[in-house]
Amino acid sequence: MDWLTILVTTVEAAVGVETVVYALAALGVNIQFGYSGLLNFGQAAFLGVAGYGLAVIVSTFGLPFWLGIVVGLASVVVFAFLLGVPTLKLRADYLAIVTIAAAEIVRLIFRSVAFKDVFGGSDGRRAFSGTFYDMNPFPPGQYGIGPFGFSERVLWVLVLGWFLVGISCLAIYLLMKSPWGRVLKAIREDEDAVRSLGKNVFSYKMQALILGGVVGCFGGFVYALAFASVQPDVFGTELTFYAYTIVILGGAARVFGPVLGASIFWVLLVLVGNTLSEAVSAGYITFMTTTQVGPVRFMLVGLGLILLLVFRPQGIFGDKREIALDAR
Amino acid sequence: MHAEPIGFKAKAQAAFAGLESEPGVRKPDPILVVDKVVRRFGGLTAVDVDHVEIQRGSITALIGPNGAGKTTFFNQLTGFDTADAGEWTFNGARLNGVPAHKVARRGMVRTFQLTKALSKLTVLENMRLGAQGQKGENFFRAFVQSIWRGQEDAITERAEQLLERFKLDKKRDDFAGSLSGGQRKLLEMARALMVEPELVMLDEPMAGVNPALTQSLLGHVKDLRDQGMTVLFVEHDMDMVRDISDWVIVMAQGAVIAEGPPDTIMSDSRVIDAYLGAHHDAPLSQEEAELQLQAAEAELEEEAGIEHAEPTEPNEPAEPAEPAAASEEKKEASA
Repeated sequence: MDWLTILVTTVEAAVGVETVVYALAALGVNIQFGYSGLLNFGQAAFLGVAGYGLAVIVSTFGLPFWLGIVVGLASVVVFAFLLGVPTLKLRADYLAIVTIAAAEIVRLIFRSVAFKDVFGGSDGRRAFSGTFYDMNPFPPGQYGIGPFGFSERVLWVLVLGWFLVGISCLAIYLLMKSPWGRVLKAIREDEDAVRSLGKNVFSYKMQALILGGVVGCFGGFVYALAFASVQPDVFGTELTFYAYTIVILGGAARVFGPVLGASIFWVLLVLVGNTLSEAVSAGYITFMTTTQVGPVRFMLVGLGLILLLVFRPQGIFGDKREIALDAR
Repeated sequence: MHAEPIGFKAKAQAAFAGLESEPGVRKPDPILVVDKVVRRFGGLTAVDVDHVEIQRGSITALIGPNGAGKTTFFNQLTGFDTADAGEWTFNGARLNGVPAHKVARRGMVRTFQLTKALSKLTVLENMRLGAQGQKGENFFRAFVQSIWRGQEDAITERAEQLLERFKLDKKRDDFAGSLSGGQRKLLEMARALMVEPELVMLDEPMAGVNPALTQSLLGHVKDLRDQGMTVLFVEHDMDMVRDISDWVIVMAQGAVIAEGPPDTIMSDSRVIDAYLGAHHDAPLSQEEAELQLQAAEAELEEEAGIEHAEPTEPNEPAEPAEPAAASEEKKEASA
């Protein structure tokens, strides 16, 4: 067994592109679900709308890169607004149903034959990240310590991605200890009480939905640029559910919860997956093939998460006293 | 009740002197005027109030049997539910169709029958939330602490004073969810005061509160009036209604059926009918209770007579006879 490969891939997963993308998606979910109690099950669509906004502007219409970023961001805000207007006055579970349906609609439009000229069907869009890599300040080569390292392209994506994670965390930290954040947390507890105290609950929920969408959509940009392509099925419902898993793993309503959660989630997936496939190819495990390792690693990680919820329901950063309150 | 400074109560009650005990009677200085409010749920008319006025600076009780539409009426007035028809004015400004949060901003704040403490916020945070016009509640200004810090300190100071008054100051850093039922009621009332309301609407403030806390809650409600606020509250506990209210409005089947001072309203025939229609265990007035007692005694004497001839269980026949006799007496009393 090649332990060095397992170690290297695992360490790289802790800070890798997937971790950044999922951390951003989960930071957004944490604003909506963790702090405001909004069950947005369409987070994947926010990433998709941003990624496609950029890709379509640059590769389909041949317009400048920065315009693509602006259009991506603007589309996310509009999307959040459209989603929020009919649903935020309803009970929380309706928002969940509408958002998951809306996310699927968005994905199916992206992959539809009718819009193949614009969105590129199931192949998606590529060739839009040129400007981004032209701005790369790192000269070509491998960067890293010892066996751990990234190419200059990945490094550039990671530096920018972690910068976005940092900025988002800072913004969330500042907001959540302000009176604005207090209103959100109060809405999570009981929106009628907040209404009776003279706060416009609808407006705050809308702000939370948009803010969470915008933070999540940074993940969509990072994904699109890191892989220099967007495909519709990347933005499926699993992405949203992983983001929720990460939020709960890290501890809901904690600033750094989603970041650590994303790191642990990907470390576990990569560690379990690579260890299993190494063990299979080295002949230690005989009852499964290397192609079966993929699904099995999800089973094992899922089992681990169930155990976590049983023994530490508040997540890693969570406060046990808060969970105890729910049982009253 | 006895410790209360007599001045405030007498002053509040003086405003009601000489008013007729008729539903919709005009008050000298109404803060809230309600006209023809109707709320239907399908075929059921939950609220159909023709005209009602709430006197400024008084404690008005809203009573009525279960299902009378008291809470629904509250919900209409405070914007938590949309009335099918009708209009009402608060301080002369029209309030129908105004959303709940704007109703609160105008100075009409309510509490809830099922207490809504914000469990995962601390007691102090609950209090701070009540303050109005907070600069830090704007998304962009929230980022810059220096903009809202000063205001936050002032709010905190006011919150701490209120917590002290409500004897919750030792709990200030505990989660609101860890408080007892009675403490939550206190917190909810204190939080409503952070809004600096003119009219406080309490929906069953005593429900689920242990008797030891009841007196303290009663004192706080009286305090509100003594500080110049108007109180409208829904309550089932007649002792409490008699104790603290200056005026009582009675609802039944969605409509206001009677109004009057607390001492006499309970002997009003309409009120008795409304209560006895649904409940035989409604409290009785002094004369009624006496009449009932006399009837029961008379019956017992009669039983004693029969007993000599035909020995049976002494109390058994008396019991089924009693409710019939009681309701007869009630009709006499109401006539």
